[in-house]
Amino acid sequence: MIKDVNEKDFTSLGNIPFAPSYQHTLVSVNSGFRTEKPVCDRDKCNGCFLCYLYCPDGVISKDGESVNIDYDYCKGCGICQKICRKNAIHMEKER
Amino acid sequence: MTKEFLSGNEAFAYGVKLSKPHVISAYPITPQTTVVEKLATLVERGELKADFIHVESEHSALSAAIGASAVGARTFTATSSQGLLYMAECLPYAAGGRFPIVMMNANRSTALPWNIYGDQRDSLTLLDSGWIQSYAKDAQEALDLALMSFYIAEEKRVATPVMVNLDGFTLTHTYEAVEVPSDEQAEGFLPDYETDNKLSLEEPKNMAFTAGPDTNTEFKYKEHLGVLAAGDVITECERRFEQFFKRQYTGLIEEYRTGDAEYIVVTLGTLYKSVCECVDKLRAQGQKVGCLRLRYLRPFPHVQLTAALKGAKAAGVLEKDISFGNEGTVYTNVCSSLQHQGLSLPCSNYIAGLGGRDVPLSDIEEIFGDLKKEQSGIRFVGLEE
Ligand code: SF4
Ligand code: SF4
Repeated sequence: MIKDVNEKDFTSLGNIPFAPSYQHTLVSVNSGFRTEKPVCDRDKCNGCFLCYLYCPDGVISKDGESVNIDYDYCKGCGICQKICRKNAIHMEKER
Repeated sequence: MTKEFLSGNEAFAYGVKLSKPHVISAYPITPQTTVVEKLATLVERGELKADFIHVESEHSALSAAIGASAVGARTFTATSSQGLLYMAECLPYAAGGRFPIVMMNANRSTALPWNIYGDQRDSLTLLDSGWIQSYAKDAQEALDLALMSFYIAEEKRVATPVMVNLDGFTLTHTYEAVEVPSDEQAEGFLPDYETDNKLSLEEPKNMAFTAGPDTNTEFKYKEHLGVLAAGDVITECERRFEQFFKRQYTGLIEEYRTGDAEYIVVTLGTLYKSVCECVDKLRAQGQKVGCLRLRYLRPFPHVQLTAALKGAKAAGVLEKDISFGNEGTVYTNVCSSLQHQGLSLPCSNYIAGLGGRDVPLSDIEEIFGDLKKEQSGIRFVGLEE
């Protein structure tokens, strides 16, 4: 069953918002179709946060001077890898 | 209040002006053009403080309206025929997103053969897009529906976009005397649009997201409830409208001399007035006939329709539409309604007025004559054979 990040229960009709608009995430983990995943090398990363800005799914979060990627929702499009000027992100084959 | 000589499109534009939308985005198409022309003029002259977005297509017109509505703006768009069909992809986005946009559609035939005149195949094709649909009978009602539609659409229980349909040319381009309320009179009729369904920097939200098999049905069910709730809200809105503007409307349907009628023609839009005229003529000859107009097709007036047809010996659905390979779409809806409301009576379908063909009184008299046979069937009126 579906859960949002705040563990709100969406198992009953009353809890479903009237419109698809909600303060938190209301999606199931949807990373199953990814063939490659981006991996960030924190030593190369200079914390410019370009990848954070460009990720179309908003799954990159700031983590101090570097970034974290949420692999539950990353679709593996590789935009973050392309945009990184420091070549800090590389794509790894999913097994 | 002033009395002015206006076309249906101009009257509608005045209704929109009184509703004070923040954003209007539209692309011109015959026979809708003059409604947006009028609004553009009002904006240009500073008589209406709205942002008028000049878009490059109907698809963009509704997309822009959705974006504007998503930040909490009151939005209006208008289109017709192929323009509506080009816009079609965005219609369920607006409905499913619960964005209360109001759109005027000038009912016009769809291609091919190319034709710019009025019939109702454009909007009826999109009956299932999740929008509330109403059909105006004259320019006064067009103006009034513009105002009321914002109220209905924006009401929290409804939160659904509304498509108001005006018969191409026969209503959009014919002139009649229309009472135009003053800004002062309209003041306060529409509450400010308020919604939680809003993009805002103060309260960031995830908008217009995916809902998979595990919650999709529930979202769609809520959307369905929203359209159904419009039934009550329309009644409330019309009561409020009467207090403000002293004009009465009759909810999802309008009836003319149906009380003791044995034969009733069900129709929509401007055809209603022609049928009423025919009813008067036949009544003068002692025939018990009546007419019923579906003012709204969504939500569908199941209860009102059955109550009105209960005493009749036969009913006929007269519409400017054909669902190829089947029957008129309005007829399908009426028959299904009678069936599940448990009313059994012969009901025929009369397809007329396609591509703007005139529906003269003589044709309507023939329809009433045909109804007396008390048989069900589907007939093309005035077909050249
Ligand atoms: S774009 Fe590259 S350098 Fe910049 S934050 Fe992302 S990983 Fe680090
Ligand atoms: S691969 Fe695509 S989705 Fe995944 S983090 Fe990079 S930009 Fe975002």
